Amino acid sequence: MIRLLALLLLAALPASAETVVAGQSLDEIGITARFDGSEVLIYGAVRRDAPEPEGPPLEVIVTLEGPSGAVTIRKKTREAGIWINTEQVGVAATPSYYAVASTGPLADILDPAEDVRQRISVPLAVRAFSGPLEVDDARPFTEALLRIREAEGLYSLSEGTVRLVEGTLFRADFRLPANLVEGTYKTRIFLLRGGKVIDAYRAALPVRKVGIERILFALSRQNPLAYGLLSLVLAVTAGWAASAAFRFLRS
Amino acid sequence: MLIYLPIAEVAVNALLLLGLGAVVGVLSGLFGVGGGFLITPLLFFIGIPPGVAVATGSNQVVASSVSGVLAHLKRKAVDIPMGLVLLAGGVAGAGAGIIAFNLLQAMGQIDLVVQLSYVVFLGFVGLLMAQEGLRAWHRSRRPGGPRVKRHQHHWVHNLPLKMKFRASGLYISVIPPVLVGFVVGVLAAIMGVGGGFIMVPAMIYILGMPTKVVIGTSLFQVIFVSAFTTLAHAITNQSVDVVLAFLLIIGGVIGAQVGTRLSGRLKAEELRLLLAALVLAVAAKLALDLLLTPGELFSLYPGGGG
Repeated sequence: MIRLLALLLLAALPASAETVVAGQSLDEIGITARFDGSEVLIYGAVRRDAPEPEGPPLEVIVTLEGPSGAVTIRKKTREAGIWINTEQVGVAATPSYYAVASTGPLADILDPAEDVRQRISVPLAVRAFSGPLEVDDARPFTEALLRIREAEGLYSLSEGTVRLVEGTLFRADFRLPANLVEGTYKTRIFLLRGGKVIDAYRAALPVRKVGIERILFALSRQNPLAYGLLSLVLAVTAGWAASAAFRFLRS
Repeated sequence: MLIYLPIAEVAVNALLLLGLGAVVGVLSGLFGVGGGFLITPLLFFIGIPPGVAVATGSNQVVASSVSGVLAHLKRKAVDIPMGLVLLAGGVAGAGAGIIAFNLLQAMGQIDLVVQLSYVVFLGFVGLLMAQEGLRAWHRSRRPGGPRVKRHQHHWVHNLPLKMKFRASGLYISVIPPVLVGFVVGVLAAIMGVGGGFIMVPAMIYILGMPTKVVIGTSLFQVIFVSAFTTLAHAITNQSVDVVLAFLLIIGGVIGAQVGTRLSGRLKAEELRLLLAALVLAVAAKLALDLLLTPGELFSLYPGGGG
């Protein structure tokens, strides 16, 4: 609440143009053993010196983007009666998560040229069209990438979910799914008038495994031999203990 | 109660995993099977990536085999020299299997090969068990009927490199057991199973070992081959999920005790038929997944190219 008041005060301060000040409800997301997704609230205010200008209304777009990684998209075809992966397209770098929230339909509030420049809408942000192409037409593959990730809640577009109060305050809620990839997530906020971006704000949101999850994951990558031996010790101990307990119960 | 698995990178209900381990544990206690051949496909069904399911399945097999072998060691029902010969073949087979596994994973065909192997082996074993179970069930209904004397294959006696296996009362070439071990090792690495369900019939029908040492010797071999496979998966493709394994093992050891206690009280013939039906159902589900047109033809794999 104090933060919100501070933002309101900031909004009242004089400045040269309309600019955005913002914050997020979490500074960092920790993936623990009990992690089943997370809510992130991104809020902010518009700071302006002069009264709100005439003309097209102010619009806000908020995006949240996960770390990029390479993905191979494979297609099944029917061979000898069974479905087998036969064709594939590799994409060098595509975000593991990407969500867009806006005050209105992107088609109305965002100029297509501006979209290309800033890579705001999901297909452009995902940049699914890079990398070597192993097939004649990669379009069905990239469409599948978007479709599958949308179905998993990893890519999303929610138009009209950002509420702009009094032309000044806004908030966007993001629901992060449980199957998150670790890394630095990027928040972007765009202020738009007449389809043009008049100000943008960027911030980082680290997501990392914490506690036992972090220790185990790091061990499995940095010292796989020790990790494997740990798994075996666990299995042998459990097996021996079960047998011993059984004998104890019987006697 | 959702729990986030650090290696599989999915959140799964912990009680579901405990329950899954327990159900398979009950079966392993009842029938003396390791249960890997049921746990791994069940993990596919609940959405664990196949690579992780196979590697973690191996780890679970180590626990259930250790639990089982101790009782057999006490009864001196383990032919250790035979176990070591099988093990030599098993480690070589598992090594080859791991190489094939990683190669297939890079080619994007590992899911297919794992599923196909399961359909073939579960279908085969399920049918064998159903046949055996039906025969036993008929026998139990008509007591006093003629018992079928099993035909023994004696061609193994003509091969070189003969060795004496005292506990089994055999003097045979080491080549057949090494080959049996090798095949089981390959299956262990690719399917995440112990391989007892293949090795036990092979030991009885191909090697001619007496039934009383077969289970213990098979478990002995399975412990080391599965331990080797777990380590190899952990080192080469980092897909052993220790949290997942832990939950399955806890469920499994409790289930196994329940199963062992139940086995004295229930009718074995009918249970055997039930297990056969279960195994066939899992095989049929996997076969349908391969045969029916999938809802989504495309699938995503992390990492580029390959």
